[in-house]
Amino acid sequence: MTFLPYAVVVVITVAGIYGVATSRNLVHMVICLSVLQSATLVLLLAMGYRTGAQAPIISTARGSRHAVDPVVQALTLTDVVVGATVVALLLALVVQAHKRSGTLDPDELRPFRG
Amino acid sequence: MSARARGLMTSCGCGALAGLLVWALSGLPDFGAYHRLYGLYLDAHAVAQRHATNVVAAVTFDYRGVDTMIEEFILFAAVVGVALLLRAQREETEVGPRDEARGRRAPRSSDAVRMFGLGAVGPSVLVGIYIVAHGHLTPGGGFQGGTVLAGALTLVYLAGEYLVFRRVGPVELMDLSEGAAAAAFVAAGLAGLVAAGTFLLNLLPLGTIGEIDSAGLIPIVNTAVGVEVAAGMSLVLSEFLEQTLMVRGRRS
Repeated sequence: MTFLPYAVVVVITVAGIYGVATSRNLVHMVICLSVLQSATLVLLLAMGYRTGAQAPIISTARGSRHAVDPVVQALTLTDVVVGATVVALLLALVVQAHKRSGTLDPDELRPFRG
Repeated sequence: MSARARGLMTSCGCGALAGLLVWALSGLPDFGAYHRLYGLYLDAHAVAQRHATNVVAAVTFDYRGVDTMIEEFILFAAVVGVALLLRAQREETEVGPRDEARGRRAPRSSDAVRMFGLGAVGPSVLVGIYIVAHGHLTPGGGFQGGTVLAGALTLVYLAGEYLVFRRVGPVELMDLSEGAAAAAFVAAGLAGLVAAGTFLLNLLPLGTIGEIDSAGLIPIVNTAVGVEVAAGMSLVLSEFLEQTLMVRGRRS
């Protein structure tokens, strides 16, 4: 089952996009975007994995030849933080959109007046 | 466009995308068969070069420190964006954080929530500080610990009242520490630039591997990020609470 993590990436990506496209509620849409983004986390971690390797916490100066890739893990960290802030920013936009138009349904949103 | 047509289009698009993703991912090396030189080099040499046993932290705060600095400014910009979006709009007024129904008492949180919340605040702060301080040694670091610290402040809100929350985490203090932490990261980078011509160069003594005062610049930058994340997340939370509790539409 060496393809399983990649299959999970495909499933999460497609599920996220489907959710965003068919969403009838802006908060739901933001969460779907966050689901979509979590596919990149799985992809990054899956790419860096080596069978039987340990976590990149290495206690000797000699280093380790049996640790997973630390670079993709650092990138995952970046991904998580950016994802969380994007969700916060979008939810703030949703709050204002609801105040302006009184609805959270994207189909009923009118173009904003200035 | 009708809902049916849109659903059909979405299904077609998702199907095509899934096909393309499968095609792209099948070109990657098999799961577990990893052979990238950059990662392998870091696993072999990072501890000797930087004396940080958590290689991920060494990558985040040293080898790719400039990336992390830019990322920190993304966080900064997002927090500023939230504050800007949730300010009182033209037709709104901001009322003070006071009890509007003086005659009756607001319903308090249930006893179970208050007990657990107040009991968990202290340990969460401790765990948060521990995770930040040991970021270069064990899994953890500024980003993770900062989030735990912001979570502790959330517990104060859940267990107490909004006024207590404001007293424990005043917005001015969070604004200040947010800005100061971002500035500290840049200052640490500039120090290396001035002293040796390389931005974020790890100039400080590296210490003994595995000790808390090892790894030179990494724990300092790590702490700056921890403060930044804790202040940023708390500010976002506080902006949303302020929006709910204090901003009133004039016409409503």
